[in-house]
Amino acid sequence: MIKHDIVIVGGGLAGLRAALEARRAGVDVAVISKLFPLRSHSCMAQGGLNAALGNHPDSRSDSPEVHAFDTVKGSDYLADQDAVEIMTRDGVEIVYEMERWGCPWSRFDDGSIAQRPFGGQSFPRTCYGADKTGLYLLQTLYEQCVRSEVRFYDEFLVVSLVVRDGRCFGAVAYEVANGAIHAIEARVLLLATGGCGRLFSHTSNSLTSTGFGTALAYLAGVPLKDMEFFQFHPTTLVGHGTTITEGLRGQGAYLFNGAGERFMERYVSNAVMERAPRDIVARAVQTEINSGRGIGGERYVHLDVRHLGEEKLQTMFPGIIEVCQEFRKIDPIREMIPVAPGAHYTMGGIDVNADGETEVDGLYAAGECACVSVHGANRLGGNSLLDTLVFGRRTGRAIVEYLGRARGAPPAAGAADAVRSAEENLAKLVAGSGTEDPTALRRRMNLLMDESVTVYREDGALARTVEGIRDLQERYTRMRPIYGGRRFNYDLIWSLELRGTLLLAEVVAAGARIRKESRGSHYRTDYPERDDASWLKHTLAYFRPEGPEFRGKPVTITKWSPQERRY
Amino acid sequence: MIRFRVFRFDPACDKAPRFDTFEVPAEKGMPVLDGLAYIFENVDHSLAYRSSCRTALCGSCAMHINGRYRLACQTQIADVVRHGLVEVRPLAHLPVLRDLVVDMTGFMDQWRRIQPYLISTRPPSGGENPQTPEQRQLLDGLIDCILCGACYAACPTARDNPKYLGPHALMRALRFIDDSRDEATEERLAQVASEQGVFRCHTVFNCQTVCPKDLDPAGAIVRIKRHAVSRALRASGKDRPG
Repeated sequence: MIKHDIVIVGGGLAGLRAALEARRAGVDVAVISKLFPLRSHSCMAQGGLNAALGNHPDSRSDSPEVHAFDTVKGSDYLADQDAVEIMTRDGVEIVYEMERWGCPWSRFDDGSIAQRPFGGQSFPRTCYGADKTGLYLLQTLYEQCVRSEVRFYDEFLVVSLVVRDGRCFGAVAYEVANGAIHAIEARVLLLATGGCGRLFSHTSNSLTSTGFGTALAYLAGVPLKDMEFFQFHPTTLVGHGTTITEGLRGQGAYLFNGAGERFMERYVSNAVMERAPRDIVARAVQTEINSGRGIGGERYVHLDVRHLGEEKLQTMFPGIIEVCQEFRKIDPIREMIPVAPGAHYTMGGIDVNADGETEVDGLYAAGECACVSVHGANRLGGNSLLDTLVFGRRTGRAIVEYLGRARGAPPAAGAADAVRSAEENLAKLVAGSGTEDPTALRRRMNLLMDESVTVYREDGALARTVEGIRDLQERYTRMRPIYGGRRFNYDLIWSLELRGTLLLAEVVAAGARIRKESRGSHYRTDYPERDDASWLKHTLAYFRPEGPEFRGKPVTITKWSPQERRY
Repeated sequence: MIRFRVFRFDPACDKAPRFDTFEVPAEKGMPVLDGLAYIFENVDHSLAYRSSCRTALCGSCAMHINGRYRLACQTQIADVVRHGLVEVRPLAHLPVLRDLVVDMTGFMDQWRRIQPYLISTRPPSGGENPQTPEQRQLLDGLIDCILCGACYAACPTARDNPKYLGPHALMRALRFIDDSRDEATEERLAQVASEQGVFRCHTVFNCQTVCPKDLDPAGAIVRIKRHAVSRALRASGKDRPG
């Protein structure tokens, strides 16, 4: 039995920031991660983190309020405005805090933290460390967690949550190194398990971004919010999937179609062009490709950064040069980069308030697995790192406070029951007598999602996908025997996680089907207009064995009444 | 078809390691990691290897591939294949837990020994600490380590002496020594300019040769030695050698 007052599941930015906050309050806290924490997907964030520091010469009149408005407008008015204001207000201090813990931010000549423009911003406010901002933030937080003696359980996969009568008492974890099943007793449990880009095959996400933590919360009765809103990054590297940072477009990179046209002029004002928010640029790129105006008629366009000059590229974007050279053998200083939209960010997630609380007492969530909501229907570039740190910290404070009022003792046989049930679950996979193969099921799911739940969506294809995913869920019960070894059994791990991924795929596709409007990243060709009268609301999906049950939830509007969104 | 010759070992049941050979249909541009995934998904579901970001950023998939330590995600089969063969082994100098998975505990313990965090008396709240671009530039290349372990596996000193701090930890130490915001320079130098620190390095440059991120741990170690010598000279009242 592993027992801690606070258990945090996930060792990425949100989980580590919460852990550090709790530890600094002198509380007993453990981080359980299916990876060694520095392997978390947070390490891949490139471009930066938005905060209204006003360091950029063009952003002296910036403020958290303007940042909040930009975020609300970017969200197509679906974000909860009170939460957005918290995020943009706390963002400034979050940046300074990371700086004092050693984050190697890039700097302006006067020694202040450097900022650059990103899409959808009134002022340049994206703080960055070259184009490896996520890596530097993750290292810095991990270092501080080690210093503060946070307890880590690396390579432990949480396989179920222990919830009784609306109260969470812990979890069950599978130890990857030896196959042991552990009961985890916690007075409060925080999920910080990241997004689910691996629903798709064209994705920037890590192989491990399966959304398993989100699925565990869903199965435990917590509703998932706004899952139909999936961000497609407009410029992912063709043939690999990693992002080519929006920072380049912020600095003036061009997008060209097969006819050599800077096509963004057809979609947004000349003042904005490539600096439009991601949903708009992704749709523009997809429209060009779908109209046969990709490069040589193929399914990609070109991002041209050559005019930015070698010096600027080498200092500000060394990582982009590396990935282009290593994965596509192209030199962006001299050649154009082939790019296309790819699944990038899970705007929806576990329904939480601004303190990370879920509907289940003692269960919290933060980061990409959670939905506060601050991103609404479309997240602005640079706001996800901000989200992880601001709400990681806030949730870290909230769970420490919660410890003072945590009620109830864990059910007597609860841990033993949960461990037995997890063991049975794994044994069932190993004893499988069917012929279905997990890889084949996953591939089929990816194909269905890639085809229908993408930049452009319509009812017929979505209906076929929902149907197809249900079929895959049924086939999942007839799988081949899964490998039964005890040590580093990835066949068992991937197969186990696939069940969660299939549940989330259904929620995303079914949610996209019922939302009969177009808003932010969710564009329905059969309902091309935003419909505030019917759909200015969040969707909540509750787990039911027969398929998700959807309910609405009001959007919090404080200062900014919804307007037409123009750039 | 490319033949993959893969190191296999399960210490729980195997008396000795062995190599298994698999046929992999390698497509143009296919990384070694995808070759392993092909084997795992289609041929042998028991194959164990770590992977996550597949973009050379998370540091999970360092292994020995055709004669050199590399990241499997970053290495294209076509670039390393020899006589139709790709041979894959785990990182050396670290205990094999299974197949291509090694125990990184000792490696990370060495990293922990150098106090791998900024030491500053300034409180975390409050305004910004300025750092000039020149000061910040000193950290370039030192902060990009992804702790994949390739340098450590290639280091003969690490092989002969498990107490040696290792190229990864020493380069990390310099990242703090050279950070204008860190206040523990003297303490750090005293720690790493020691018998199991930089002076144990034989300057073989294997770490620099293999680093998948093109970083230079050997150069970092030389820089620490210089710092240490200057400090010793200062302490003895001389400000230059001779």
